[in-house]
Amino acid sequence: MKTESKLEKILAAGHLAVTSECGPPRGALPDQVREKAAYLKGVVDAINVTDNQTAMVRMSSLAASTIIKQEGLNPVLQVVSRDRNRLAIQADIIGAYALGIDTMLCLSGDHTKFGDHPMAMNVHDIDSMQMIQMVRDMRDKEIFQGGAKLKGAPKMFIGAAANPFADPFELRVLRLEKKINAGVDFIQTQCIFNVEKFERWMEGVRARGLHKKCYILAGVTPCKSLGAARYMSNRVPGMDVPKDIIERMSSVPKEKQADEGVDICIETIKRLKKVEGVAGFHIMAIEWEEKVEEICERAGLLPRPQI
Amino acid sequence: MITAERKPLEELIDYVKPFKRILLLGCNECVTVCAAGGRKEVGLLASGLQMALLKSGSNIEIKQHTLERQCDPEYVEELVPMIDGSEAILSMACGCGVQQLATRFKDKPVFPALNTQFMGASERQGVWAERCQGCGDCVLGITGGICPIARCAKQLMNGPCGGSTGGKCEVSEDVDCVWQLIWDRLKSLGQEDRYVDIMPAKDWRSGGGSGPRKIIREDLAE
Amino acid sequence: MKKFEPVIVAFCCHYCAYTAADMAGSQRLPYPANVKIIRVPCSGKVDALHIIKAFENGADGVYVAGCLEGDCHFKNGNEKAARRIDYVKKYLEEIGIESERLTMVTMSAGMGYRFAQTATEITEKIRKLGPSPIKTAITQ
Repeated sequence: MKTESKLEKILAAGHLAVTSECGPPRGALPDQVREKAAYLKGVVDAINVTDNQTAMVRMSSLAASTIIKQEGLNPVLQVVSRDRNRLAIQADIIGAYALGIDTMLCLSGDHTKFGDHPMAMNVHDIDSMQMIQMVRDMRDKEIFQGGAKLKGAPKMFIGAAANPFADPFELRVLRLEKKINAGVDFIQTQCIFNVEKFERWMEGVRARGLHKKCYILAGVTPCKSLGAARYMSNRVPGMDVPKDIIERMSSVPKEKQADEGVDICIETIKRLKKVEGVAGFHIMAIEWEEKVEEICERAGLLPRPQI
Repeated sequence: MITAERKPLEELIDYVKPFKRILLLGCNECVTVCAAGGRKEVGLLASGLQMALLKSGSNIEIKQHTLERQCDPEYVEELVPMIDGSEAILSMACGCGVQQLATRFKDKPVFPALNTQFMGASERQGVWAERCQGCGDCVLGITGGICPIARCAKQLMNGPCGGSTGGKCEVSEDVDCVWQLIWDRLKSLGQEDRYVDIMPAKDWRSGGGSGPRKIIREDLAE
Repeated sequence: MKKFEPVIVAFCCHYCAYTAADMAGSQRLPYPANVKIIRVPCSGKVDALHIIKAFENGADGVYVAGCLEGDCHFKNGNEKAARRIDYVKKYLEEIGIESERLTMVTMSAGMGYRFAQTATEITEKIRKLGPSPIKTAITQ
C-alpha cells in the first residue's frame, strides 16, 4: 500500500470502487458543499471535488475538499494545470495532505475559452503527465519538482483522467501507458455512453497489461433530459454520445426522460461490470448528486465495503 | 517572421492628434512580408490618417519613410538628418522596432501603429499562423518537427488532451490538434516510439521565465 | 449654392470595361462626364493605395470595373480585385467615408450599353450621397 487513501484500500482489496463528484459552489456557500456531500455519504468511497470546472470560478477544490473531509467523507482533490504553476500546485498538495486529504486527480483542465473568464491566461507551466510525475516524486522520492528535499512528504494516491473517445483513438492506450509510467495509481475515464468503443479501448489496455498496472474506474453519467444528452453529444469536446442513446431519450415523454437517463446509466454499469479490467465506477451526476444513491442501489453497488 | 496587424485608426488618431508634424515610419522586414507595416502600408495609413484628421478639422504634416530594418541601430541612424523635422514618430514596425526608436531618440515620443502578434509562417497567400514561441530549448527534434508549445492551446507536451476530435482542437474547429499532426508525422516517419518517452516538466528559464533574454556572441560583440 | 457635380474615378480593365467604354462611344451611348476613366491592365492591378489616393484627392466615388466572373484575362485578377474592394471598404468606414462610395462592377468588352448604364447609375447614386466628406473638409 502506497498511501492511507480509502480508495486505494478498497481497490487493493479487490472491491469494485465507487466514486462520484461534487462541483463546489460559485460563492462562499459551505453549506452547499455539505448538502451535496450528504447525498453521497455511505453511497460512494470517495468524492471528486472539481477544480474550477469548465473554467468557471468556484470555491477552491482544496477548501471544498476540506469541508467534505470534515464531514467524514473522502475527497479526491482535483487539480488542473491551467490555473497554477508548479509552485502553487505543490504548495496546495502539501497543504491538502496536511489537512488529511490523501487522494488527488491530476488534470490539464478545460481551456479558459469555455468558461466565464475567457480573457484569462492559461498557465500550463506543466501538463497533467508532468503533474503526475511531480506528485509521485514528492511522495516516493520525497523531493520537490525543482529537486530539493522535502520533509513531510504528501502520501497522495494519484489519479488521472483518460478519454477513450477522443482522437486519435490509437494513441489513447499509449497515452494511458504514458500516465502509468509517469506514476499514476488510478484512472477515471470520460463518461461512457459508447460502451462498444470503450470495450475496444479496454482490449488495447489489456493487450498491454495496463489494467494490472493501475486501477481503471469507468466513468458514467445519467442524462437528466434529452436536451442534456444532445448538449453532451454536440457541445462537449471529446464526448461520444451515440445516436441510439439520443433516440432512446427522445422516445419517452419529457417527464420520463430523467428516469430513462438513470435506467441507461444503470444498464451501462451492469454491462461494464463484465469488462475485464474495470476496477470500479466514477459516477458523474452533475448537479444531480441526489440520484447517485439510487443508481448505486439498483446497479448492485451497495452497500459499500467497510475497510 | 514576426507578424503584426495595424491598430484601429481611432487609436492612432488619438496618439498623433496633439502634434503638427509626425514621421510615419515603416520597416522593410517582417512587417512588409505580412502586409502590415511596409512601404505600401505606410502610404495607405498616411492617406487614411490625413483624411480622418481633415474630417475632424485638424491638419498634420505626415512625413513618410521606410527603413530597411527598424530593429537595427545601423539603419535607425539614417533618421538622424530628418528627425528634427518631426515632433513624434508613429512606427509601423514590430515592438522591437518601436523600442529601438525610443532608445535612440530620447526626446521624441514614439507610438506603435501595429499590434505585434507572433512568430509565424505563411500558410498561403494572406494567411499567417503561429509556429514558434521562442522557448529557447527546441523540442522539434522529438516531436516530428511540429511544435506543441506554440501550437497546442494548452501547451501539452505529452500528447493530446481529451478534447481532440477529428484532428481538430477543442478550442476551435479552425485549429488543428497539434498532437494529431505530430502523431501522424511520427507514424509516417516510423518514429512512434518517440511518443512513449515522457517529456519532463520544461525549464522555462530559457523561454524568458527568468527575465528578458540576451544573446552575446563574444566574437562579434563590440 | 452651386449644383453638386460628383467626381467619379473609374478604374477600367483594358480587356473589358475599357473596351466597353469605347463601344459605348462608338454606339453614341451617352454617359455622364463625371466619370474619369483610368485604364488598367487588369482590375486586379488596382491597389488599395490607388483607391485611397483617389479619395484623398477629392473623388466623391470610385469604382473598379473588371471582367465577368471566370473571364479574367489573367485568370482571377477580378476575384482578387473584389476581395480587395471589400477590404478597402472597411478601411473607408474606419476613416469616416461611406463605403457605398466604392463599388466593384463586372462586364464584358461587348457591353457598351452596360458600361453607359453603370456609369450613369453610379453617378446618380453618388450625386444622392452628396460630396465626399473629405472633399467637404478640404474646401472648408
